Amino acid sequence: MDILHRLLEARFMEPLLLTLKVAGLATAVAAALGIAAAYVLSRSKFPGRDLVDALCTLPLVMPPTVLGYYLLVVIGRRGMVGGWLKETFDITLVFTWQGAVIAAAVAAFPLVFKSARAALEGVGRHYEDAARTLGQGELAVFLRVSLPLAMRGVLAGTMLAFARAMGEFGATLMVAGNLPGRTQTLSLAVYSAVQAGDDDLANALVLVISLVCIAILMTTSRLLRPRF
Amino acid sequence: MQFEVDIVKRLRGGSGEFVLRSRFSATDRALALFGPSGSGKTLTLLALAGLLTPDAGRIAINGDVLFDSEAGINLPARRRGVGYVFQDYALFPHRTVWQNVAFGLTPLFGRISREDAERVDELLDLFGLSGLAGQRPATLSGGQKQRTALARAVAPRPRALLLDEPFSALDQPLRLRMREELSRMLDAVSIPMVLVTHDADEAEAFARTVVVYNHGAVAGVHRADEVTGQGRDLADVLRRQVADAYADA
Repeated sequence: MDILHRLLEARFMEPLLLTLKVAGLATAVAAALGIAAAYVLSRSKFPGRDLVDALCTLPLVMPPTVLGYYLLVVIGRRGMVGGWLKETFDITLVFTWQGAVIAAAVAAFPLVFKSARAALEGVGRHYEDAARTLGQGELAVFLRVSLPLAMRGVLAGTMLAFARAMGEFGATLMVAGNLPGRTQTLSLAVYSAVQAGDDDLANALVLVISLVCIAILMTTSRLLRPRF
Repeated sequence: MQFEVDIVKRLRGGSGEFVLRSRFSATDRALALFGPSGSGKTLTLLALAGLLTPDAGRIAINGDVLFDSEAGINLPARRRGVGYVFQDYALFPHRTVWQNVAFGLTPLFGRISREDAERVDELLDLFGLSGLAGQRPATLSGGQKQRTALARAVAPRPRALLLDEPFSALDQPLRLRMREELSRMLDAVSIPMVLVTHDADEAEAFARTVVVYNHGAVAGVHRADEVTGQGRDLADVLRRQVADAYADA
C-alpha cells in the first residue's frame, strides 16, 4: 500500500506528467522529421546521401553526454542557434522543459528514421507509379500510398522513439538539468531518489517506467507482424 | 488514335549497356508491342506513361506532345492521361476493390463526387466485380485482380490504356477466357490501347497494328489488314519474326 500512497504524491506525479509532456512532444517532432528524412533519402539519389544517412543515425550510437554536449554547442546561451535566439527573442532553451524536448527529440529521431526508412524502402515502387498514372501528385502518392503501406514500420519506430524519449537521461541532464518540478523527468527522478536513499519513491518510479516500456514493446512486436 | 514514338534510352545493367531505340508511328485503336523478353517493349510502354524518361526523342499522342527532349517537354505521369495496367497489377493492398477503382477519381482531401462514385459502381458492374467491392486485393483470384486493375486504370477516362503483359500472371485456361473478356470490356469502354506481349496469338487477337521489337530496336511494323490483304496470317508473320529474333540471340 505504501507504493499506492506514493503514486499520489507530487514528488511522483510531477516527474510523471512532465515526462509524458516532454516525451510526447519530442516523439511528435522526431516522427515528423524522421519520416520526412526517411522518405527523401529512400526516394532520391544525391552525392553525400550516405553521409546524411550516417548523420541521421549518429544520435543512436553516440554517448548521450556527447550528444548533450553537441546540443549545448548549438542551443546553449552562447551557442550558434541559442545565442541568436537569446539576442533576438530573449529565448533561453537551456535548463527549460523545452530544452528537454529538444534533447529527447534528437535522441529519439534515429529510431523513427531507421524504421521509417526500412519500411519505405519495402514499399514497391510500382504502387507509387500506379498512383502517378492515376493522376496523383507526389504529396498524394506519399500520403495515400507510400505512408499507409509503410505505416506499421513507421508506427513501430515511433513507439520505440517514445520509449527512448521517456528514458532519455544523459543529454537531458546536460541540456535541461535536473530541476525538480521544472526539468526533472522520470529517469532523472529515479536517479535523484536513489541518490537521496528514497527507495519507496524509486520503486514506484521504476515500476511505472517498466510497465510503460513493456506495453510499448508488446505493441511494437504486434505491429511488426506481417499483415498483407 | 495516333501514336508517334521516337526515343533513345541507354541503360547500364549487370551485363553491360542496353540501348533502346524505339521508333514507330501508328494510327490504329489497338496497338501491340511484340517481342521476346528484354527486347525493349516494356521500356517503351513505361516511357509512354512517363514512368521512364528517355535520353532523347519525342512522344506524341494525337498530336499532343508528351515528351520532347529538344523542346524541353516532359509531362509528368500524372498529367499524361494514360491508364497503365502493370504486369502484376499493382493493386493497392490496403484498399478495397471499390477504393482501388475509385483511387484516380478521389481527391487527396475531400470525398469522391456523386457522379464519380456512380461511375465506379458502373465500372464494377461492367467488369463483373460488384460482389467483390468491399474485398481487399489479397483475397481475389488472378482474373479478379486483372479486372480490378483494368477498371482502376479506365476509371479516370484516360486517352489511352497501356497494358503490360496483362495475361502473363494467369494460367493458360484462364488466360484464354480473360483474353475474350478483355476484348469485350475494352470494346465497351472504347479507349485506345497499347498492349505489350510476347505471345503471337495475343498480339493477333487484340491488335490492329503490331510493332515488333528485337534487341531494343523496332524490327518491323505490321498492320493486320495489310498482312491479311496479302493473303497471309498475322500470327504466322509474327511467329516467323520471333524465330528470327531468337535465331540471332
